[in-house]
Amino acid sequence: MSSTLDVVLTASFWAATLRICAPLLFGTLGELICERAGVLNLGIEGIMTAGALSGWLTVYYGADLWTGVCVAALVGAIFGLLHGFLTVPLGLSQHVTGIGISLLGASLSYFSFRLLIASTATPTIKPFSAVRVPLLADIPLVGPVLFEQSPLVYLAFSLAIAVSYILYRTPLGLAVRMVGENAMAADAQGVSVVGIRMAAVVVGSAIMAIGGAFLTLSAFNAFFVNLVNGRGWICIALVVFSSWKPARAIVASLFFASLEALQIRLQQGSGGLPYQFFLMLPYLLSIVALIAVARRVSGPQSLMVPFRRGER
Amino acid sequence: MRVERRDFSPLAVRLAAPGVAVLASLLICSSLIKAAGAPVLWAYWTMLVGAVGSLNSVSETLTRATPLIFTGLSVAVAFRARIWNIGAEGQLYAGALATVLVAEEGGRIAAVVPHWALPIVAAGAAFALGAALLLGPVVLKVKLGVDEVVTTLLSNFVMLLFVSYLLDGPFKDPMSMGWPQTPPVDATVSLRHLLGGTARLHAGFLFALLGAALLWLFNVRSVWGYEMRAVGLSLNGARFAGMPVTSVLLRVAVLSGGIAGIAGFNEIAGVKGYLTLDMSPGFGYSGIVVAMLAQLHPVGVVISAVFVAAIFVGADAMSRAVAVPNYIADVIVSVSLLTMLVAMMLTRYMIRHE
Amino acid sequence: MNVQVAPVEGSVGIRRPALRISSVCKRFGSLIANDDVSFTLEAGQVLALLGENGAGKTTLMNILFGHYVADSGAIEIGGASLSPGSPQAALRAGIGMVHQHFALADNLSVAENIIIGTESLLLPWHRAKAKEKILDIARRYGLALDPDALVRDISVGERQRVEIVKALYRDARILVLDEPTAVLTPQEAEALFATLRILVSNGVAVIFISHKLREVLSVADKIIVMRQGKVVAERRASETSREELAELMVGRKVAFPDRKPVSVGPAVLRLDGIVLRQGGNRPHVLDGVNLEVRQHEILGIAGIAGNGQAALADIACGVLAPSEGLIHLSGDPVRSDPSEFVKRGVARIPEDRHATGLIPDMSVWENVVAERYRSEAFAVAGLQRVGAARKYAELVIAQFDVRGAAPNTSAKQLSGGNMQKLILGRTLLQDPGVIVATQPTRGLDIGAVAYVHRKLLEARDRGAGILLISEDIDELFSLSDRIAVMFRGSLSSPVRTETLSLQELGLRMAGQNSTGGR
Repeated sequence: MSSTLDVVLTASFWAATLRICAPLLFGTLGELICERAGVLNLGIEGIMTAGALSGWLTVYYGADLWTGVCVAALVGAIFGLLHGFLTVPLGLSQHVTGIGISLLGASLSYFSFRLLIASTATPTIKPFSAVRVPLLADIPLVGPVLFEQSPLVYLAFSLAIAVSYILYRTPLGLAVRMVGENAMAADAQGVSVVGIRMAAVVVGSAIMAIGGAFLTLSAFNAFFVNLVNGRGWICIALVVFSSWKPARAIVASLFFASLEALQIRLQQGSGGLPYQFFLMLPYLLSIVALIAVARRVSGPQSLMVPFRRGER
Repeated sequence: MRVERRDFSPLAVRLAAPGVAVLASLLICSSLIKAAGAPVLWAYWTMLVGAVGSLNSVSETLTRATPLIFTGLSVAVAFRARIWNIGAEGQLYAGALATVLVAEEGGRIAAVVPHWALPIVAAGAAFALGAALLLGPVVLKVKLGVDEVVTTLLSNFVMLLFVSYLLDGPFKDPMSMGWPQTPPVDATVSLRHLLGGTARLHAGFLFALLGAALLWLFNVRSVWGYEMRAVGLSLNGARFAGMPVTSVLLRVAVLSGGIAGIAGFNEIAGVKGYLTLDMSPGFGYSGIVVAMLAQLHPVGVVISAVFVAAIFVGADAMSRAVAVPNYIADVIVSVSLLTMLVAMMLTRYMIRHE
Repeated sequence: MNVQVAPVEGSVGIRRPALRISSVCKRFGSLIANDDVSFTLEAGQVLALLGENGAGKTTLMNILFGHYVADSGAIEIGGASLSPGSPQAALRAGIGMVHQHFALADNLSVAENIIIGTESLLLPWHRAKAKEKILDIARRYGLALDPDALVRDISVGERQRVEIVKALYRDARILVLDEPTAVLTPQEAEALFATLRILVSNGVAVIFISHKLREVLSVADKIIVMRQGKVVAERRASETSREELAELMVGRKVAFPDRKPVSVGPAVLRLDGIVLRQGGNRPHVLDGVNLEVRQHEILGIAGIAGNGQAALADIACGVLAPSEGLIHLSGDPVRSDPSEFVKRGVARIPEDRHATGLIPDMSVWENVVAERYRSEAFAVAGLQRVGAARKYAELVIAQFDVRGAAPNTSAKQLSGGNMQKLILGRTLLQDPGVIVATQPTRGLDIGAVAYVHRKLLEARDRGAGILLISEDIDELFSLSDRIAVMFRGSLSSPVRTETLSLQELGLRMAGQNSTGGR
């Protein structure tokens, strides 16, 4: 296993880990915010696809990259508004609505892509380039890993810290947690359950969409069908794996990303095992992660319980 | 304005719900057709003609509906018992794989069973492999409490990659000129075509109808069907009454996964003749829409599967006639799912102004 | 619209009532839940709202809290009208509620549960100040609690204190307590009444919702009796009696059955050394429980909720297998399997009609066969004998007077009392030798309670042995031949009901075995 060790010790391996981690972290944080308020958002896969396309299109039509990120977030928020409206005030099944939102997000994206980009060749844009943080990037080994990254990577990690702060240190965060734990109790204290849940789903969906935009604006430079490729579903597993805590979400997505980075490197090196088995790893690992924590963690107690005043 | 529960919803309202939902969906999606620059009514007309305008197109629609009936039934069985099986796509590929395996070994199996029974053996194998794929997540759910939504979803990806590996390696047809596909299956496992000429409609459609009818009877008359309904409606109530809840859930998994596996057998033996990675354009996911439009009723599944198939077949025709990408079909179907959910809620609730 | 409540101390002249409810009406479809309800409540007064389930108490409180909007009528607080349909307005006007089912989030801390909703969402919060205020309130009213504890780790009594502090933290001037003693021992209830006395001496007005006449008479100044949505009487506590209140509440005399002495037979249900462990190093849920129910006998199990009765009920119903110990039916060991219990003649009446007793979304005929759907009577060759099941449903409906039901009616359309009759009917028609009844009358109106009691006593007289697990002390005293007490997973040895005093039962429920006599 010395070759594995060699790989793990290179700076480029860790830099790649951070790159792979960023979209997962965005997705996990977005889902985590929704679920903490008591709403399962299975729309994540489609919302990430919509974010990937809308961000990319914005840049393709000439706007700058940050505008692309903002448009992606806005599109994600709109899908969140739809999911929120259907599941919160209307109280529809969160499972089935989420699947519907996911199918809609993906199909609408592919439809728009085909409609707007007529050419069969895949056009590209100029993605985010790495930003060197002066001085810090010159630290040997650690510098290039931590401080020579796409600005969206910095954004993902800052966001995780911000979400953690808001959730545990502000009345807003308390309201979100309360609504997710016991909506009736929150309502009885004058907290607007519908308002908080809607806000959480909208904001969470916007963050997921940024995760999608990361793929087209930073990781790749083009949009294509099946671009998201199950990352959204993996994020749902990561939320459980991180026991609904933002700080652990960083650890969980880093852990996953490092395994994937390792997998990519080993795949290049190995002659024997077919590549498909390496590609299966993230999905299998997600399942293993769910099994590992199944007995130990329990989610927010009002998760998936629709709230309707006067009904129990 | 507030939402209030109705005392009971009239049958007429419940029957009208899918129609209203579909109309609403078509209305919403007309804005996309307009955005694509096509005249809306003309576009829908070409869609209708493309789906049911000729014997051939009807055959095509019913052919397309067949796997959707199976995946729709699969989802309906699972959802009724509150098992959120989103893995019908993977189970379909598992069934297809089993069919190919039986066909490969056709000679040896024919030594044991009569020739005419080969398709039954293949279907049985498809059922078993599909069932096995769902059994895993459901065992994890009942034993460890692992959420089956995520595990069944992820099992789709794993299954597809596994098939991809087989198509690249051990199962690859040497005569396929590099395309990742299996050799064509033997005619002995194939399903008979029902119409002459180029029409592709095959006996699998009749089996799908039969399956839906049997499942309906099973639901309302059999002891196992009663248990499954009870477990879906109230897990604690069923457990208290003494029903073997765990085995009921495992039976549901076998039935649901197995039916989805049959969808895979159906596609290989009835339509494609060999296994490729693009064999299913998301039949498993569309099955969720089919089941929901049918309000999880087996007979309703047949109707909604034909409808969803017509949308897909019609959309292909539409995209040829007017320049609207055929992804419009996926959009219409996914919007239908959402409008159907709203319509179903409105049958149980009414919005009252105050 | 929402007028701020002005302080009343300074104002000269007529003292305004803290709360005035005038002519409130509310309908749900054809049901009139509140019919012209009016009364007033003064500061420093305890008002008891008395009535059976369905009398309209809960609807009225939901209107007071803005959860429902009244069809007509008005509510005034301290002279200012309360804007309808707004929980926020009700909170601002100083109404605090202590729900019967506590409105607390288990995974949050006590302090977090108290301050939720009191601070602006977007500003940083003042944790230290908030905690200080909580401790200050706790000290002033003698309500001991730990602000940093998680709610899931504290006892039922403590949770109720958290609910009260939560209301006081918001400067509640009107405190509503919904069946507050249902989960308390008699001694804990006394402590609660002491707290209420401190509160009213500080000018707080209290609405006390209950159906327990004894308590109402001891704690209230004024008693409002409601029946079928109307206020049927208003009495001062000093000028009425239990008998009068009971009759006002029900509207007629209810004959409760008497328990006639019968000589007991051999044991029909025996539990030997039942232990139920839970994960980790937490204490056992059941710690070596032994009991014996004999023919012609009702054995009552008393105890405060959460001392292991639920697990004991599940084990005695065959739903749960004990970690250790044996269950014998008529002398033979039996394995923990509900259908095995049913086959061996155990009738099971569970605590929760909706969640476990019935499958509400299924029809009446599907529910009456739920325990025996595999028996030859109702199944042949894997198919259901629907005709036979329908006939059985008709028999149950007729013999047990299940109102508003036909075999095809969905069970959820039945009232609570009729649901319970359905459960009694499907199982008592089998002439069971053992009956395990858990909270068999919870939430029923008095007529239905009497019916259930009569049926249980009839079964006892016929020779059944009955295990009655209940939190209703009056029920235990009136039905049981012997009473044993559950405390922290252990069961005391049973005592003949005639030799047990209420005081002593209360002490045992609190875990203090004062006399040790039997």
